[in-house]
Amino acid sequence: QQIQEDLNKQLLDNLVSFLCRSHSEFQEKTTEWTCRMKCREIPTAALVLGVNVTDHDLTFRGLSDVLQDNITPYIALLEAKDCPGIKNLMQKLMGQLMNCDIDVDSLEDEDHVQVSQNRIRCSMSSLINWYERITKKTDSETPSKKRNSSSRHWQSPPVVVIFKDMESFTTKVLQDFIVISSQHIHELPLVLIFGIATSPMIIHRLLPHSVSSLLCIELFQSLSCKEHLSTIIDKLLLTSRFPFKLGEKVLQVLINIFLYHDFSVQNFIKGFQLSIVEHFYSQPLSVLCCQLVDVKKRVNSLSHDQCENIRRLPSFRRYVEKQESRKQIALLTNDNFLKEETEKLLEDLHVYHENYVSILRCLHVFTSSLPKYPLGKQIRELHCACLENQVWETEEYESSLQLARMLNKTDLVTMLQQCVEILMSSSGKEFDKTIEKLKEFLTQFQNLEAETSQERDGSVSSQKELQKKTDLYHLQKTLLELKESRRSKKLTKFEMLRFEVVDYIDSLVRKYLVPADTRTLHEVVYFNAATVLRGHLNAAPRTALHTALNNPHWYLKNRALKCDGGGISNKAPDICIVYKLHLECGRLINLVDWLEAFSTVVMAAEEPNADAASSDQMDDVIHARFIRAVSELELLGFIKPSKQKTDHVARLTWGGC
Amino acid sequence: SLAKKVKEEKMGNLVEEYFEAHSSSKVLTSDRTLQKLRKRRLNQQTLHDLLKKTPLAYAAEIRDLNQQHESLFSKWMLQLHLGFNIVLYGLGSKHDLLEKFRTSLLQDSVHLVVNGYFPSITVRSILNSITEEVLDHIGTFRSPLDQLEFIIKRFKEDSSLELYVLVHNLDSQMLRGERSQQILAQLSSLPSIYLIASIDHINAPLMWDQAKLSLYNWLWYETTTFSPYVEETSYENSLLVQQSGSLALSSLMHVLHSLTPNARGIFRLLAQHQLEKKDNPSYPGLSFQDFYQQCREAFLVNSDLTLRAQLTEFRDHKLIRTKRGADGVEYLLIPVDDSTLTDFLEKEDEDV
Repeated sequence: QQIQEDLNKQLLDNLVSFLCRSHSEFQEKTTEWTCRMKCREIPTAALVLGVNVTDHDLTFRGLSDVLQDNITPYIALLEAKDCPGIKNLMQKLMGQLMNCDIDVDSLEDEDHVQVSQNRIRCSMSSLINWYERITKKTDSETPSKKRNSSSRHWQSPPVVVIFKDMESFTTKVLQDFIVISSQHIHELPLVLIFGIATSPMIIHRLLPHSVSSLLCIELFQSLSCKEHLSTIIDKLLLTSRFPFKLGEKVLQVLINIFLYHDFSVQNFIKGFQLSIVEHFYSQPLSVLCCQLVDVKKRVNSLSHDQCENIRRLPSFRRYVEKQESRKQIALLTNDNFLKEETEKLLEDLHVYHENYVSILRCLHVFTSSLPKYPLGKQIRELHCACLENQVWETEEYESSLQLARMLNKTDLVTMLQQCVEILMSSSGKEFDKTIEKLKEFLTQFQNLEAETSQERDGSVSSQKELQKKTDLYHLQKTLLELKESRRSKKLTKFEMLRFEVVDYIDSLVRKYLVPADTRTLHEVVYFNAATVLRGHLNAAPRTALHTALNNPHWYLKNRALKCDGGGISNKAPDICIVYKLHLECGRLINLVDWLEAFSTVVMAAEEPNADAASSDQMDDVIHARFIRAVSELELLGFIKPSKQKTDHVARLTWGGC
Repeated sequence: SLAKKVKEEKMGNLVEEYFEAHSSSKVLTSDRTLQKLRKRRLNQQTLHDLLKKTPLAYAAEIRDLNQQHESLFSKWMLQLHLGFNIVLYGLGSKHDLLEKFRTSLLQDSVHLVVNGYFPSITVRSILNSITEEVLDHIGTFRSPLDQLEFIIKRFKEDSSLELYVLVHNLDSQMLRGERSQQILAQLSSLPSIYLIASIDHINAPLMWDQAKLSLYNWLWYETTTFSPYVEETSYENSLLVQQSGSLALSSLMHVLHSLTPNARGIFRLLAQHQLEKKDNPSYPGLSFQDFYQQCREAFLVNSDLTLRAQLTEFRDHKLIRTKRGADGVEYLLIPVDDSTLTDFLEKEDEDV
């Protein structure tokens, strides 16, 4: 558990730092801009942030930190849910500004008293008074004792108000605030920042012309969330720094949730976190999922049971079957031998990862420039394809190789150079030879330069010939001849070389990009329980209810409940029968008929063991059971009481669901 | 692509089914009503007794199911501590399951149980119980938002504070509002507050938008228990159970038995009049002047004043309702359905 928490923390830190970095550029732009602004209208920055509202918190926090450091100590973050009316907004604003001030200055107690006083009567004038007092204070103090950061701040620093979620503010409040503050812009230099989730159009839709003319808006675009995702995948999954890996299906689930549901990076991270938790909770061998330096220690401390666990792994079994018989026996009986072997295997796995990542990047360099992207544009698609099965057996890979064989020289050379760079930077040891080889290719290409120019001359001359002849017949004839000659002509040196390169890349791919599930002991580091993950993150409560009501035997393992076809056994729980009967109805259901149908079904089920004697009491009991079932259906939201007709209920679902 | 096609077809069917269900405003159902069934309506108590007598079907299987869910308890604890919150869905009451979780794991820690199905629960009462019992703070707050802010501040200051919140039926009538969900979501996003909730309504996830979902940080667990919703439906006013809100025959009789014969006569007169006019949908009720006239003729009252006093008494017992018509005249109505009224008159006749 502790390892896992460590891992978790490490991971999150990494993510946060990354996110901050990705925003920093954007933030710098805005801060710069805030510095520059000084005009009669209220300067406003509109940040278009995309629909993933959940990720914006981090952005705003980063932004306010940067602003605080560089420009002004007065920042207020306003959220729509805190500001239903203009009064609340002012209150919140005052409170935040004054608290901000105290945060920065760390003033004495007397100011605290003032703050609490001010909180009671929050109006623009008191805000201005406060602001004047503050600025005066900074002015009157001696330069040496000035505010700690006044060298960086201006004499009258602007007050920045950030509206986190522009869309959810009520129009009236926003308009009023803007109009009020525009009246006081001389005394109180305000800067507004709107966080916009949809498009800048919303400003004009929310604010009438008279109000928006008071603003001086500049638009800022943030990175799209898809780019965030690809960088995160790049940093998290395609490194060898984290021993924990995601299996293909899990990754697919996470990416699907991201792309088809919410575009939220935070949710992606949550899913990733959850898979870590699940992995370390459910897989007994996950203790071995650690950095290479710790492997030896941990392998040696394995207990006998854990060794048995290793032996039970399917990938390990496959491995054992391939060994000779004496070694097999040793592996299956001798714990110490097993431990040694495991250590070796884990090291292999580690090396495999390193190689995998760099070769994957190389392949991506090649495939990402091909027309129509047969293997996908993003590296994550390539990664998924490689994890799924042997990539060289797919049609897409075949077609991309075909396309690669038709690349022109300059592209090929730049690609090779990129590959060399990637391989150089990777820590794997096996690539020395590969790099050599690639460099050799490069030099060969340079040597080819001269020859190809000759070649070009030749082709040019033939073209000139073509241009000379004008009449159609001759033209056709020469064209045919040209074609013939080209077919019969031996491949040029360049083409030969090109084939060679592509084949070499192909061989690399075949060697290094074998899917992870074929590796021995991959279960230790790969998490593959996609269904569990999907169940927890993207649940479908309605489907669960539907199956429970339609096929109760799915949950209740009783033979009496099993039933073929679409029907339902009359021994099913009451609520299932009632539900089934209600499915047959239209929009309105007559309670009396429903009750009668129910009692018919139930009576038929109980006929064998019940006497007709106590039929009256039986009726009452059935009535009671019916009432219970109906009110349960009402609680579940399938029906609701209706006033349209007496003793009817309205159905809220339709069809068979 | 075959699977896709099948899916598309299914979707198409769904859409068609929707329009089929809502195509005609005419509804084809029989006109039978419960009244004609000639069976006494069960009240809450008898219903409860009757159901108690009937054995629960498939008890063994349900126990197996519950055991399966109970094996997850320790996992839940771990995940709660890692910052997730847990939501349970599936058919059947999850009340007992949560209760078991509470008794087996939370015995020693501070926890709060919220019965969402309780009809008079509010967010305010939840927040109050946190501030008063957990934080030992006495004092009132101007708004729930202030209170929430206070709680958040306290929990952030004091990292040793931990609180488990168990909510039965997070989707109940009282808690499903936007504002209450917002407050609960913010509460649950605190790292030292651990929330486990259960939902039952099929459309419960509609309560949450992206922002709330990310605050809640849910992990979904399917816990189909098939156990009956005893507690939850006991507050649900079903059509078939006598509703406490509207006037029932028994209470009508009860009140009238304690009145003077003249008063009973007055009520009878009004009831008869109303039954005579029951086929006229635009019948506004009996005007006070006409009624006074009729009562005088039957020697039930001797002055305007006594009748008014009597009517006030009726109104206090919710036996009648007055409505002012378009012409400014006061009309009197008995807010009871006709069948009950008929029953009442029959009973009266028997008594006399």
